[in-house]
Amino acid sequence: MAKERLVLIGNGMAGVRTLEELLKLDPERYEITVFGAEPHPNYNRIMLSPVLAGEKTIDDIILNDRAWYESNGITLHTGNPVVGIDRRRRVVRADSGLEAPYDRLLLATGSLPFIIPVPGSNLDGVLGFRDIADVEAMLEAARQYRKAVVIGGGLLGLEAANGLMKQGMDVTVVHLLDTLMEKQLDPPAAALLKQSLEERGLKFHMPAQTTEIRGDGRVEAVAFADGSELEADLVVMAVGIRPNIDLAQRAGIYCERGVVVSDTLQTYDPRIYAVGECVQHRGKTYGLVAPLFEQAKVCANHLAGLGYARYEGSVTSTKLKVTGIDLFSAGRFNEQEGDETLVLQDPARGVYKKLVVRDDRIEGAVLYGDTMDGSWYFQLMRDRADISDFRPTILFGQHDVGDAGHGDEKTRVMALPDDAEICGCNGVCKGEIVEAIVTKGLFTLEEVRAHTKASSSCGSCTGLVEALLASTVGEGYEASPKKKPLCGCTDHTHDEVRRAIVEHELKSIPEVMRFMEWKTPDGCNKCRPALNFYLVVAWPGEYSDDYRSRFINERVHANIQKDGTYSVVPRIFGGETSPAQLRALAEIAEKWEVPTVKVTGGQRIDLLGVRKEQLPGIWGDLARAGFVSGHAYGKAIRTVKTCVGSEWCRFGTQDSTTMGIKIEQMTWGSWMPHKVKMAVSGCPRNCAEATIKDLGVVAVDSGWEIHVGGNGGIKVRVTDFLVKVETMDEVLEYTAAFLQLYREEAHYLERTAPWVERVGLHYIKERIVDDADNRKRLAQRFLESQRYAQTDPWKERAEGADRHEFEPLRLVRGVA
Amino acid sequence: MSEWLEICRLEDIPRLGSRVVERADGNIAVFRTQDDRVFALDDRCPHKGGPLSQGIVFDHKVACPLHDWVIDLEKGEAVPPDEGCTHSYPVRVEGGVVYLSLARASAAA
Repeated sequence: MAKERLVLIGNGMAGVRTLEELLKLDPERYEITVFGAEPHPNYNRIMLSPVLAGEKTIDDIILNDRAWYESNGITLHTGNPVVGIDRRRRVVRADSGLEAPYDRLLLATGSLPFIIPVPGSNLDGVLGFRDIADVEAMLEAARQYRKAVVIGGGLLGLEAANGLMKQGMDVTVVHLLDTLMEKQLDPPAAALLKQSLEERGLKFHMPAQTTEIRGDGRVEAVAFADGSELEADLVVMAVGIRPNIDLAQRAGIYCERGVVVSDTLQTYDPRIYAVGECVQHRGKTYGLVAPLFEQAKVCANHLAGLGYARYEGSVTSTKLKVTGIDLFSAGRFNEQEGDETLVLQDPARGVYKKLVVRDDRIEGAVLYGDTMDGSWYFQLMRDRADISDFRPTILFGQHDVGDAGHGDEKTRVMALPDDAEICGCNGVCKGEIVEAIVTKGLFTLEEVRAHTKASSSCGSCTGLVEALLASTVGEGYEASPKKKPLCGCTDHTHDEVRRAIVEHELKSIPEVMRFMEWKTPDGCNKCRPALNFYLVVAWPGEYSDDYRSRFINERVHANIQKDGTYSVVPRIFGGETSPAQLRALAEIAEKWEVPTVKVTGGQRIDLLGVRKEQLPGIWGDLARAGFVSGHAYGKAIRTVKTCVGSEWCRFGTQDSTTMGIKIEQMTWGSWMPHKVKMAVSGCPRNCAEATIKDLGVVAVDSGWEIHVGGNGGIKVRVTDFLVKVETMDEVLEYTAAFLQLYREEAHYLERTAPWVERVGLHYIKERIVDDADNRKRLAQRFLESQRYAQTDPWKERAEGADRHEFEPLRLVRGVA
Repeated sequence: MSEWLEICRLEDIPRLGSRVVERADGNIAVFRTQDDRVFALDDRCPHKGGPLSQGIVFDHKVACPLHDWVIDLEKGEAVPPDEGCTHSYPVRVEGGVVYLSLARASAAA
């Protein structure tokens, strides 16, 4: 059967990105033909400003060279615009007379610069700022002439003006209003921007309404409504863009301001799709790159016949690409009645930050001078996150919210030398990361991780890598994708998968993969452990654990070491031991010639260097001595660390050791999204370090304080105070409820600290403290699942379970 | 050295799992994929020598348990962007019995 034919009109970023997404999904489905009006292959239009400023060359900004089209079997016609679409015959006709038939047509005709219809606007030397030809004409003019006028004080106009100034021209920016970039900035930020641009040598004439462009053949001057006039050898009109819908209109496709499309990017003609700046979706048109890429992904999904993705519009943010000026804007930044405004202003440092807030949710942001937290505010805005927990310090940035010690590094990353180490786990320097981004054309954090390994281990340098990515590729980088798939095998998020498992009663990994249309036959080492965990939580007692989908440590219930041997850590409840226990451990360690015996940070004894085939034997001995697995190897309850408390300590207010033992007896054996460490301190001196644990209990004279979401590891985070209770039973109930909420709602491999930060302490309090019924139900579900979890995995294996894991094969002379 | 050596029955290796063949000069990891193909590699990741037999098997690949390199079971090569290769051995399954050859697989294989 012949392939279906897909024709793309418009060889720009949106159209070609759609093809890229489509080729990823289904490379064989279509015979693809592309028509472009410009003579170039696909290039990065948003990088035209740096080209004009002389910071990049045309070659630098080519995204897909001709070889790419060839190797993907795409027929490319450049410099040959399509002039007609015959929808009845399903054929497009190009300027050269060439005709191409289609089964599916993709319109990506982009936009045109808006040229103000004043007398003289057709003179030589009057340009728009849209494509490579415009930039080349401007560079040519800069070599011959001196005076330039840029009409339009918006994003594009200022970038053009900055570029021309860098090329040595004397540039005046003319703007209709007295606020620059009024669509992105409020007056104070606009004033700071104007001042900074003036210091660099730009001139401004504003407010001013252009009435005429004067000249004889070539432009000589620009005249204004107030009678003033400016000399000019070059005029750049950058007052706005309008969707390029001429072709679509002539073909009778329904258009308003743009080509009207549905949530599937389909026009009113079901065979014709449209993406990019030419599109009008839910009444909105877009001129920034991030929405175009989102549209491309959805459109490709439908072109590939998958048919489940929906585009629901984009929330956009803006950054100005003028080197040395940091400016960020998103959302609704001019306050209306009922809004509250948070402002931080530091004129000496040239910093201005404004957040518009309503009902403790961010509606908009303007940042000037210090934009490092732009992507964080943007994420909070898009997530409609409740900021009440950290509202008092939100203007100081994310590093003031449980990220202590890292904020400074983040702001310094741009200034770091190339040999500065960014990723301490994998030893990756800044220079390597930047080089990989540039030479390999990387756009996302995942790509950088794959190529350089930076931030792929502990993840603590993720912010730095994102900052490098953002500064290297500019606006094309989407800092915070709205929807992050669980892994490369699926487009669904963790939350979507979890919901589907419960709602559709999916009870095995293959069932989940079938139902959610996994793209790989049996998943990968990222999604299978996550799915296995989600199923364990959803169907306790019913789902049988798929040990092949567990990381080796959880498969063999011991911790793999760098030389392939294992460590064995028996559980010592609450860290309280006895001479008999210690004697048993000593004897077992000697019998099995354990090379190293070490006391751990969690008050346990670690037997290191055990060979895999020894494991069942050593476990059998431990089980006979009364020990169970300490789960020191798993995404599970690890330890409850305690101090001696009121039983011995002269300061102790409560019996913290007994409390810790009770908690550990209740919780041991439970699988978690990530490891969970707990502690109980007998007084506020907190010798058990409870306030850097996932859950910490601190005794006070009148009862027990429960703290959650702490972390003593990569990023130290002090716990948040959850509640104070009076009795041990209450501590147990709250603990069970908190752990179950975490099990049911956190993403796999998400520690409690980032989870608490993501959903907000407020939310957790609502579910556990304010709603007593819900707390009891959560605790009940936890205890129910513990009925199936508290079997000692070591004893089972010592008695023969999974024997194949521990017994090597031998070679036998064959007969074949 | 083209002799076929019997190592086990197919069902001795779990699907999406592996077994280890012990050998004085380095262990060999034997993998069975979901589609019942069997592959044999040196049990050493080309990165830092991690025991590949202990990794998670998916598709025709295994993820090393130490640092998450993904190795292609057919060729023994690391999946790009990682670079490296571990030695692979010819395997035959006949009548439910798995045979291994210690012959050095030629470059063309």
